[in-house]
Amino acid sequence: MSTVTFTFDGKQYSGEKGESLASALLRNGVLHFTDSSYKDRPRGVMGLWVEETNALVNVDSGAGEPLKPATTIEIVEGLVVRSAQGVGDLPDTRDNSRYDKANRHVDVLVVGAGTSGLEAAKKFSDLGKSVIVIDDKPTAGGHLVYLGQPVPADLLSVLDRENVTYLPRTTVQGLYDQGYSVATERRTDHLDVNVHTEMSRIRTWHIRAEHTVLATGAFQRHLVFANNDRPGIMLSHAAATYVSNGANPFKTAVVVTVDNQGYRDAIRLHKAGVHVAAVVDIRKKVSKSSKKSSRKAVEKLGIRLIKGATVIDTQANLDGLLSSVTIVDAKSDLQETIKTDLLAVSGGWTPIVHLATFIGIKPTWSVKRAAFIVKHKDSLTSTTGMLAGDFGDDDEAAIFFGPKLSTEQALVAFVDYQRDATYRDFKRAIDAGMRSIEHVKRYTAIGTAHDQGKTSGTVTMGLIGQAIGKAPDEIGSLTFRPPYISIPFAALAGRDRGLLSDPERTTPIHSWHRASGAPMEDVGQWKRPWYFPMPGESMHAAVLRECAAVREGVGVMDASTLGKIDIQGKDAGQFLDLIYTNMFSTLKVGMSRYGLMCGIDGMVFDDGVTTRISENHWLMTTTTGGAAKVLDWLEEWLQTEWPHLEVYCTSVTEQISTVAIVGPKSRELMKRLAPSLDVSNEAFAFMENKHADVAGVPARIARISFSGELAYEINVPAIYGLHIWESVMAKGADLNITPYGTESMHVLRAEKGFVIVGQETDGTQTPDDLDMNWIVSKKKDDFIGKRSFSRADTARDGRHQLVGILADDGSYVIPEGAYIVAGADEKTAPPVKHIGYITSSYDSAALGRSFALALVANGLARKGEKIAIPMADRVVTGVITDSVFVDKENTRRDG
Amino acid sequence: MLHIPCPYCGPRDETEFHYGSEAHVAYPEDSANLTDEEWAKFVFIRSNPKGWMAERWVHSAGCRRWFNVWRNTINHEFGPSYKPFTQQPKSPA
Ligand SMILES: [Zn+2]
Repeated sequence: MSTVTFTFDGKQYSGEKGESLASALLRNGVLHFTDSSYKDRPRGVMGLWVEETNALVNVDSGAGEPLKPATTIEIVEGLVVRSAQGVGDLPDTRDNSRYDKANRHVDVLVVGAGTSGLEAAKKFSDLGKSVIVIDDKPTAGGHLVYLGQPVPADLLSVLDRENVTYLPRTTVQGLYDQGYSVATERRTDHLDVNVHTEMSRIRTWHIRAEHTVLATGAFQRHLVFANNDRPGIMLSHAAATYVSNGANPFKTAVVVTVDNQGYRDAIRLHKAGVHVAAVVDIRKKVSKSSKKSSRKAVEKLGIRLIKGATVIDTQANLDGLLSSVTIVDAKSDLQETIKTDLLAVSGGWTPIVHLATFIGIKPTWSVKRAAFIVKHKDSLTSTTGMLAGDFGDDDEAAIFFGPKLSTEQALVAFVDYQRDATYRDFKRAIDAGMRSIEHVKRYTAIGTAHDQGKTSGTVTMGLIGQAIGKAPDEIGSLTFRPPYISIPFAALAGRDRGLLSDPERTTPIHSWHRASGAPMEDVGQWKRPWYFPMPGESMHAAVLRECAAVREGVGVMDASTLGKIDIQGKDAGQFLDLIYTNMFSTLKVGMSRYGLMCGIDGMVFDDGVTTRISENHWLMTTTTGGAAKVLDWLEEWLQTEWPHLEVYCTSVTEQISTVAIVGPKSRELMKRLAPSLDVSNEAFAFMENKHADVAGVPARIARISFSGELAYEINVPAIYGLHIWESVMAKGADLNITPYGTESMHVLRAEKGFVIVGQETDGTQTPDDLDMNWIVSKKKDDFIGKRSFSRADTARDGRHQLVGILADDGSYVIPEGAYIVAGADEKTAPPVKHIGYITSSYDSAALGRSFALALVANGLARKGEKIAIPMADRVVTGVITDSVFVDKENTRRDG
Repeated sequence: MLHIPCPYCGPRDETEFHYGSEAHVAYPEDSANLTDEEWAKFVFIRSNPKGWMAERWVHSAGCRRWFNVWRNTINHEFGPSYKPFTQQPKSPA
């Protein structure tokens, strides 16, 4: 054993390398670790491992981590920690550690490398199965390690076998359906903090096992009596283990127990040189074998045995450390006080049922053991060891969680230490009628701290049972949720951080947008230029300028992100007739048509322009965000309803770059870009497509407009996108060509009353609701959604319909999402029923004022009605209008 | 995370799939002649059994194909999967 130096609360200590921080501090005589979160009560270490509720620290050295139990930290040279009074905080330094992930398929996963787990691993390894053994402690052997006993060599050697992988310091955080589990492996924290390593700090394992063996063992739990939280009061197994390893700040011990574990620990304490003043056993009588193995053994060492009694209260010295305990005879109520600086509590074992409950296996109550156990075996999961109720002896524990307390005593009898929740709090929940553990938990906060009730859960269920005269399993069952212990988010992210956290999609023209200084808007995973500000220009000014340029001159927009689906096959026209509400099969080759698709419920689901490239070849465009969803939708119908249709779909979104030149001067610019193309209205009509060389690149040009203005969309193979864009900028320079972004695009389309699916719709709008009855074919026998249009609810009066809204104050832009109420009476007393809400709202250069689109109940019949919009600081009044604000007659699209 | 048996690719993690609700709910051929109640039954009502259920999945991040599979809604155990328009295997129940 080498010695290392570490810092706790600014003071240097030394300890033995590899021992836990809790052990090292006890070795240094530190009993008072911290004060409790809410009541400032002195607290010391209680437990041995992750069940620890008191001794939490914030780690400042290395990567840093908040709220870690001192019992789980292996001390290393240079470790710096601060006690955490229930509040975690991180160092300000950046964590530069690596985190990674690994996937593994395996025949058998064994959780827990105690004796039972190792036996299971041996059994499956012998059968030739591939096995992973995972254990959260630094060494295998479970309780044997704590007891200082050797692990049988034939079991330990299993871990070295070829078909066995052993992961120490690894915690199975969650167990899910079909043998899937997630584990985190701590790989570097136990190395010296000054050792720089290329190893990942934490590796997150995703494991799929044919069979999972749960050998998770058990924790000891505490008892609820007055002042049961003083430094010097510990779980007996923890106290005996620390002391046996030489971390012994104690002179005297009293052991209080409900089972034979207290006797075993009393003997260990005695052997380590602690004077055991008494073993206090709540049980008057025990079985013959227990008598022999426990009571006789203790008496033989001269230790006083007090039967049928328990501890009811404790006292402290001036430092707040335990100085004596008051014991009470269960029958006579006679009390006695015994001086001691250690009270070792054995409140019974609590098997670690978490992983089993994660997959819905319900624990059962063992009366003999006073414990929830999980005896389970099916093809996917089995349990063994203490979890399965096999404690390795035939002990009978008392079902006892604490003595009857006075009101004053109840105020300082802690059920959940970390939450400072007392028996008084618990009693209030019971008196208020709570009976279920889930209700009591929420009423008292018991079990909601960092440990999620690892020890307090069973204690609480036992107390409920004791309070209302029922067995703990009649109260309900404990539900735990992953993760088993807290995990740094960095471990879950692994390498998927920063740029790798989510894929970023950019168009071939992206570099130009970036260089221009345009702020980007996220549209799904796409990065799209939002607006193109001139030096010093505000967003508002830039958008007004861009919109004016489109309406009066010529603008250019990168429309490459629109979803594009290539559809081919002899039945494609028939298929599109079924998918869209309007007719496509009659569309002439070379023409485009705007289409709307609905779900079977008749609600608008996506829209876009689809072009007939040749007889059996179509190109569908979808909304930027809807591309994947629409392709899935098409495939669903083709594969599961209409397999007889000969139609093939594939995504070509990334294959085609689209540059739209828009505005009255776009014809002049188009002529310059494609001198061979006749751009007159007669030769190249609205919704027509032409093939021509544009700036030397073969292109398909479409006369499609999303602004109402004359426009040409130039489609080229993606690699030429930037070239086309730059050519447009060069050839259009003297026309004052103005690049515009998504914001101006939104304003321009809203001025024309064009909807954006997902903005004007929320999945509850029919085409009629959007004032788009013109797009619903009356000729077709059927299309998806048709039958739903005549459903009573779809055809009813009062549906929300698309309208325009003009505020009386044209300088005010109503916030999107604002609720609309009928009438202009701003004095209407609340509650006021709303009649709809604003879906889009902008300032308009063309109108010289603000305007909005909205969904309003019966809106189409209410045009001209006054409305009011109550805001936090004012009431905005306005009027309902038509949803088209600019060029109702569609005269501008032809230039 | 479920482990879903794609009949084309074999068992794969749930993240590769999208759910498609109950299987064998065919699109009505004569929707125009259905009563509102009959139509609503097709659009909104599914059997939602406790136990074995035949349902549809699509292997979106794999072969992109739709298929049917038996699944136990109580414990998420999967039974046999099968291609659309093929003989349905018996319920594992
Ligand atoms: Zn597949």
